[in-house]
Amino acid sequence: MESKFYEKDKLLVFKISEEIDDHSVQKIRRRADYEIERYMPKRVIFDFNSVTFMDSAGIGFLIGRYKFANMLGVTLEIANLTQSVKKIFEMSGVLKLISVTSLQESTAS
Amino acid sequence: MKEQVENEMRLEFLSKSSNEAFARLTVAAFASQLDPTIEELADIKTAVSEAVTNCIIHGYENRIGIVKIYAKLKEKEIIIEISDNGKGIENIEIAKEPLYTTKPNLERSGMGFTIMESFMDSVNIESIVGLGTKITMSKKIKSHEKKESEEDTYTILNT
Repeated sequence: MESKFYEKDKLLVFKISEEIDDHSVQKIRRRADYEIERYMPKRVIFDFNSVTFMDSAGIGFLIGRYKFANMLGVTLEIANLTQSVKKIFEMSGVLKLISVTSLQESTAS
Repeated sequence: MKEQVENEMRLEFLSKSSNEAFARLTVAAFASQLDPTIEELADIKTAVSEAVTNCIIHGYENRIGIVKIYAKLKEKEIIIEISDNGKGIENIEIAKEPLYTTKPNLERSGMGFTIMESFMDSVNIESIVGLGTKITMSKKIKSHEKKESEEDTYTILNT
């Protein structure tokens, strides 16, 4: 996972490139929470473009980050959902809670 | 009716979460003999990942035990059995409910069985408290050389 902080917009983008399962998610979670607390952004975007595999651990991860961000007053969005990632998120209803954004627009400036 | 088994495999490994990827990739490699689409293969990988994760975090509760996988290819179908000798499930009906989890503190979503059931054609759960759990799942791989389903029906009726 790579992250980039856009100072001007107080935007923190995480580009996840790992397969997301119960094993890998622990490391991703620790890193994400650490960086959100460190930068205290206004907005956080998780980019799923390079995620080649995700099981239900991804749902728990996203809901957990949503709660964490909410607690800190940070807006959380997701971007570039692949077909298989979308299928899993849709099944859980998590997309009613978290909005899908276009990363191109957000990071153009 | 004579059942023609085309191939079988068995796999045993320690209940470590680092084996989740190993398990799903191994089953996917075996399933690829049926020439599935990328989507069908992704469905199988996800279902296996869910079942194996359940063995590790619920069956053994992160103690070390053995997870067993047996898979069988039968014509255009894959049958996968995933079992553990862990604590077992007290109430299967409740465990299957979407969003039900005994471990919300671990950020588990409670969607494991729901995903298995929607990604596979059939999912059967057998469990005895104190002895373990066995999940049997099956999925038919659709033949994608010929699109006409009528032709398939015709072939089946004549064999």
